[in-house]
Parts: sequence; structure tokens; C-alpha cells
Amino acid sequence: MSAEPRTLKTEAELALAEQYRGARAILPGSAAVARKRDEAFATFERLGLPHRRVEAWKYTDLRALMRVAVPVADPPNPVAVTAALTDADALAGIDRYRLIVADGHFQESQSDRQALLAEGVEVATLAEFLGFDHPSVLDILATPPGAGEDAIIALNAALATDGVVLIVPPGTIVSKPIEIVHVSTTTGATSSYSRSAVQVGAGASARLVVTRTGPLGIGYQANSVLGLSVGAGGRATVVDIAADGDRSQHLASFSARVAEGATLDHLALRAGAGLSRLQGYFSLEGEGAGLTASGANMLDAKAHGDVLLLIEHAAPATTSRLLYRNVAKDDAVGAFEGRILVRPVAQKTDGRMMVNTLLLSDSAEFAAKPELEIYADDVQCGHGATTGQIDETAVFYLQSRGVPRKEAEALLLKAFLAEPLAGVGDPALAAAVEPLVDAWLAGAPE
Amino acid sequence: MPAVRETVDQVRSIDVDRYKYGFATDIASDRAPKGLSEDTVRFISAKKGEPDWMLEWRLGAYRRWLTLREPTWARVHYPKIDFQDIYYYAAPKGPAPKSLDEVDPQLLATYEKLGIPLREREILAGVERPRVAVDAVFDSVSVVTTFKDELKKAGVLFMSMSEAIREYPEIVRKYLGTVVPVTDNFYATLNSAVFSDGSFVYVPEGVRCPMELSTYFRINERNTGQFERTLIVAEKGAYVSYLEGCTAPMRDENQLHAAVVEIVALDDAEVKYSTVQNWYPGDKAGKGGVYNFVTKRGDCRGARSKISWTQVETGSAITWKYPSVILRGDDSVGEFFSIAVSNGYQQVDSGTKMTHLGKNTKSRIISKGIAAGHSSNTYRGLVSAHRKATGVRNHTVCDSLLIGPDSAAHTIPYIEARNARAQFEHEATTSKIGDDQLFYARQRGIGEEEAVALIVNGFVRDVIQQLPMEFAVEAQKLIGVSLEGSVG
Repeated sequence: MSAEPRTLKTEAELALAEQYRGARAILPGSAAVARKRDEAFATFERLGLPHRRVEAWKYTDLRALMRVAVPVADPPNPVAVTAALTDADALAGIDRYRLIVADGHFQESQSDRQALLAEGVEVATLAEFLGFDHPSVLDILATPPGAGEDAIIALNAALATDGVVLIVPPGTIVSKPIEIVHVSTTTGATSSYSRSAVQVGAGASARLVVTRTGPLGIGYQANSVLGLSVGAGGRATVVDIAADGDRSQHLASFSARVAEGATLDHLALRAGAGLSRLQGYFSLEGEGAGLTASGANMLDAKAHGDVLLLIEHAAPATTSRLLYRNVAKDDAVGAFEGRILVRPVAQKTDGRMMVNTLLLSDSAEFAAKPELEIYADDVQCGHGATTGQIDETAVFYLQSRGVPRKEAEALLLKAFLAEPLAGVGDPALAAAVEPLVDAWLAGAPE
Repeated sequence: MPAVRETVDQVRSIDVDRYKYGFATDIASDRAPKGLSEDTVRFISAKKGEPDWMLEWRLGAYRRWLTLREPTWARVHYPKIDFQDIYYYAAPKGPAPKSLDEVDPQLLATYEKLGIPLREREILAGVERPRVAVDAVFDSVSVVTTFKDELKKAGVLFMSMSEAIREYPEIVRKYLGTVVPVTDNFYATLNSAVFSDGSFVYVPEGVRCPMELSTYFRINERNTGQFERTLIVAEKGAYVSYLEGCTAPMRDENQLHAAVVEIVALDDAEVKYSTVQNWYPGDKAGKGGVYNFVTKRGDCRGARSKISWTQVETGSAITWKYPSVILRGDDSVGEFFSIAVSNGYQQVDSGTKMTHLGKNTKSRIISKGIAAGHSSNTYRGLVSAHRKATGVRNHTVCDSLLIGPDSAAHTIPYIEARNARAQFEHEATTSKIGDDQLFYARQRGIGEEEAVALIVNGFVRDVIQQLPMEFAVEAQKLIGVSLEGSVG
């Protein structure tokens, strides 16, 4: 029964402390940044790896799941990067700007930095940005308020090597989607820490694709953080795709602040990783801000996939729509924790959260915790959660029309997973990511 | 719509902090020395003339309790409780009354004032009212249990816990602590060490209990805690419906109530447990009131058994309780129907746990929270299906209604499926009384207060319907009273 703060450190925690001590001197940034990193690491040391008694990590006990902390990756070989990029370009058909972060290091030669600069978008690498003498530099290493004290985000702040910082000036409409590519190229098990920030100015509009891929069969570890802000009347679309290797562990944190009258469409697709955690903190800070958050979490084999989302309504007349679909088969274990938080000022909030899960095998497991936390009275909030199997009556309906059972099930499954894709305001982008769902459905038969 | 009319009348006639049952009875009482120690535990056990095994059981619990920490995870806030500043035992002075005639008239007057029928004759005289057997618990002891003899003819044992320990030790020993283990949680362990009284119900195989059973709990003494313990056992094919009511005087200090209720239902048995909880909620400024930290759990031990919890929570400064069902027997059914109304500075953290262990088990949860004033109202629930529990179904609806800008409502459900053949559905909404609904009622000539009462009554209707008739009427009134000062 006791929840004593423990003093014992796991093997992984000890290795992380060792890695931080080793990397400290060569991590990018000014002296102020170095102090900030020390603070962040002290927070991590105090908290240790999250475990099931930490409510936000109840369904993902990292102390048990992350037995080892593999060494931090060295800057990659450019040939390997090129090879990895051609192998894993899921969105090959789409015309977009690409910014490549390989093994936690920005790859200038393979990135479209100049073209973006020409569109008026300011681009810096995280390493460059941390060297600037400006107070906002430290903000990039801060933990989003909604996350409270999170050991994994603190660890990232301590160890982040690189990433991209994008500023879309007010009124700028970026013509093509911008893809931030995270790729692991190493043949041995290594870890990488990337941190990026995107600022979409007032009245500006940008579409952002964040992808993560890595090799099969290698126990690499990735910890990524992305912070986004959308200025008044701005519009942003984020498609976050993680198709990691089967033995990888991927911990992703995301935060977004949406100002007055601005909108954000956020879509997350998860497939492949041995262990994946997505934690997102959305804050609707300006009156009339709107959010659509949707996702598909596809789990198979022995995968463990956990999504935690906080949607904070901090201003009047804000709207949020959340739809997440999960499919778990084989021995996969999944979890979804969602919370709509309505602050006292946020009268006229309209919030909806829906999470549906299909379990396709007897040994698959899923836990859901959809929360409402409401401090204003003139609101409409609701959530729904279902867990079950493919609807037999729907299968029967299709069979009675001559569709064989297998196909009927596949059709229903596809329809189930495709629905969240429609949440992305950009139909072309939605269509482009659909093959990823198809690939998972085809590649992971029951 | 007489019920609505009554609610409105009630709302009109009573101020928010004029708690109807807040009087204190001036009665000489016998108390244990203040504070908690092994001696206190021995004192209570000796007072009740308990056998050695019971004393050992209590002492074991007490020693275990010393190693536990107070839980802090609920969304409630209160100053730290000083467990040494409480009287753990208080009973009206004098030898135990042998019949109603020996009961202190002051006490009888108290129950009369509370509207609890203690005289069987009087109860019989009221032809139109269904008969209800009552066990009246005053502070730490059971004062009287009515209809005992008649129930015994049917084979039903209904008596105070202290009596049961003396007269039916083998049954008590067999079941006590098997649903809520001694070590279950901080307050359950405390209760195991110092529980004073409560009700014991045993319904033998195949018997349908001929009348409703009810226990009425009253805290009277100052600075006392009430730690009642209730055990209900329904043998194969048995049926019983049990009602529980509770009130306390208005006092400036906070009083602790840490009860444990255990229900065992064997094959094909059904137990229906209804509560109207109306402990003193504190005054307008949030001063005083009862801390209601309760562990209630039912065990559907047999196949096709059913346990149903219905609760109307309007009282207590802080409520912290989760009536739960362990669905162990195949095809068993668990139900939870709840209305939690909070006003003033009340804090409610309540809900249920449905633990599906058996195949084809089903559960249903309907929770309605109404938060007004500065109160906070949280639904916290867990629905889980064990790996082998195939064919499980759960349907959960939890709705919250907010009245006033300083009220808060939260929903924290945990839904855990450990096998694919579990089907879980959960839905929750939070909103205020719709302007359109109000407008609709008002343009038909219904006054604002009446319209609000009408809408609130409609909101809680699903749950009210589950209550036994008499309770339903009382519950409806209570809800009206609790919301006074917040509507219109």
C-alpha cells in the first residue's frame, strides 16, 4: 500500500544517468541552456522512469517495459540516411517540403530548408536555435503545463540533440505540406532525442506532417517532443505518423496552443512499434478556438500502444472533437486515456470525445479512461467509449449480400479505421495516409 | 405531477442550510475513552461481549491499520483527520433494552421525529403502507430491530451485528471479511478494528424475504465516529431488498463515518440494496458535516446471482464511496444506479466497480450527478473483464448536470478489457439545464423554479424508478431540498 518515493534505481535509469553525464559537455546550447538541461535531468532523477502508480502512466509501466537504456546514437552516415529515406517514404506521391532528422541529427543536405526560406518560413535547427542569445530559447525546453511533471519530457529536455524550429510569419499561407522526417538508421540498438517547435503566426496557415520510421528487428529507442502554437485566426493541420520497427520503443510528446479563432486538425496514426506512447496536450487558449483530434492506433504481435490526450478548454466558446479508433490483435495491449478539462472561464464550451476499440483476438487487451473535468456550468461535453468485437450483424448483412466473411470483416475493419482520417481538413493528405492503414491491414493478417 | 409540486414546495419552504434532521438528542451516553489504541479495540469488544476470535480479528485489523497510510487519490480536499481525537464508541447509557418499552423515550421521540416507524403495531395500523422491518442504529449500537420474530418464522435472520456475533457466530465467521477483506483499504481496516454495530441479514435457501428490511443509522454524540458494519447473505435462490437511511445532527465539527457493507449472493440469489444517504452536509459556508468514507461491496458468488445497488446521495460534507460488485458466478448480474446531488461546499467522489470474473456476466451503471453551489461532484468507476470472462457486457451512462458557475463535475471512468469477447459501452455527458428546455417549459406557463425542478426530476428519473416506492418519494423531496438556493 505504500507509495514511498524510492531510492533504488533500475538498470535503465542508471544507464540514462551515465549517458547524460557523458553527453553533457557536447550537447548543443549556451550556458543558460546547459543549466536548464541540468534542471531537467534533476527532475528526471527525482521522478525516475514512470510506473503504474503514476496516474498518467497507469497503463504503461516504463519501469517494467524499458529494461535497458541503449546508448545515444552518433550522427548518422549520409548514405545510410538516403537509403533509409527511400525505403520508408510512405508519402512518396505527395509534393511537400522535407526536413530530415536522422538519429536525432538534422540532415542539411537532404532537407528543403532553402525552399522553405524562400516561401518566407523561418527555419532553424534545434542545435542552432539553442545557441541563440534570446530568452525564448529556454522556453523550447520547457514542459507543457498540461503534462505536469513528466519524467519522459524532462529526459528529452536534458538530452535533446537536434530537431527543427519553424516560424510561419503572420498571414503566410505555406503552399505545400511540410514534412518533418524522423528516421532511425542505425544497425545497432541506439537511442535518439529530438525536439522541435512550430509556430504558426496569426492568420497564417500550414500543413505539417511528422513521420517516424526505423528498421525492423532492432531495439532502438526514440524520444521526441513537438511543440506547436497557432496564432489568432491561424490554421494548422498536423498529421503525425509513426510506423516504427517491431522491436522499437517510441515515446512521443506533443503540445499545441490554439489562439483566438484559430483551428487545429490533428491526426495521429500509430503502427508497428514494440512499445509506443503518444502523449498530447492541447490547450484552446483563445475565444472560439477549435480542435479536431483524431487517430488510429493499430496494434499487433506483442505491441504495447498507449495514447494519452488532454484537451484543455481555457477560453469561452471553444470547440473540440475527438475521435480515436483502436484495433488490437494477437497479444497486443493498448490503452487510451483522454481528458477534457474545462476551465471556469470557458463557458459555452462544446467538447466531444469518442474512443472505439476492436479486439480481434482473445489475448489482446485494451483499457480506456475517458475523463471529463468540468469547472464551468454553461457547457456541452460528452464522451463515449466502446470496446468489443466486429459487429456480427454487420458481417451478416454483408454476407447476405454475397460478400465472403473474410472480405466482409476486412471491409468493416477498414471502414472502422478510415473514419478518423476524415477528421483531417485536407482531403488530399487524408487520402495519402490511407494506404498506411491498408498496409497494416494487409500486412498483419489474423 | 404531484411529485414535482412537492419538490418545489419543499424547495420553497426550506433554506439551504436548514437541514431538516439536524437536531441533536440530549441523552446520557456511555463512551469509550477518546482516541484509538489496542485498549479501545478491547473496550469495544468487551462492551459487546464478543467471543475471543472476534477480538483477535479486530486486533489483527488494528495492527494492520497502523501500517497503512491514508489514501489521497480521491478528488476531495479536507484537513487531516486526527484519529486520536475521535470517540470510537458511544451508546445510550443503561442496560440494553429487552423490549421497546424499555427504550429511553427520548430515543423513541428522536426516531419519531425522523419519521422512522419503530412500533410494529403502528406500522401494522397503516394499512396502505407496505411493511418494513427496521433496525435502528443510534451512534454505536442497535437500539431496536422490528419484526424480528415474524421474519424468523420465514427463516430470515435480521438483527444487529453484535447480536449476530453472539447468536450465529458460525455464519458470521464464515462470511465476515470475505467480500471486503480486513486489509482492503485504510478505512475498511479501521472499520474492521473498531466497528460498533450494523445490521446482519441472512436469507436461507429458496426464501423470498417477506418484507423490505431497512436500517436507519443516526449519529448523535459529539466528536464520535460511526463505524457500522453490515453483512447480508442470500443463500441459493433467496431474495431480499434492503434499505438504508442515515442522518446526523448539525455540528460545527466534522464527524467521521467509515462503514463497511458486505453482500454475498449465492446461486440464483438476488439482493437489492438501496441507500438514501442524508448525513449532515455542513452549513452554507462549508463548516461542519459528515465525512462519509465507505466501502460497500457485493460478491455475486453464485451462478445467475444478482446484486443491485441504488443510491441517492444528498448529504455529507464529503462522500467517498464506490459500491461495487464482483461478478464471480457465471451469468451473474451487477447493477448500480446512483443520484449524487451536491450543493454548498459538498464534495462527492463516488461511483462503482464492476469486476467481471465469470462468463456471460452483465453489468449496468447509471449515474446521475447534479452539482450546484460551490460543490464538486465526481463519478469514478471501473469496469473490468478478466481474461477468462468471455461474453461479458457492460453498459454505462453517467450524466452530470451543473447548476451555477462555481460548481464542478468530473467523470473518471476506467474501462479495462482483458479479453476480446467483452463488450463495453460507456457514455457520459455534462451540461447545464438547457436554456431551450427552460424556455419550452416557461412558455407553457410553468414558473422558473418549477421548470427547473421538472427538468431535474426528468434527469434523475432512470434512477428514481429503481428505488422502492416510499424511498422514491423521499428521494425526490431530498433532491429538491438539496438544490434549494441554487435554482431559479
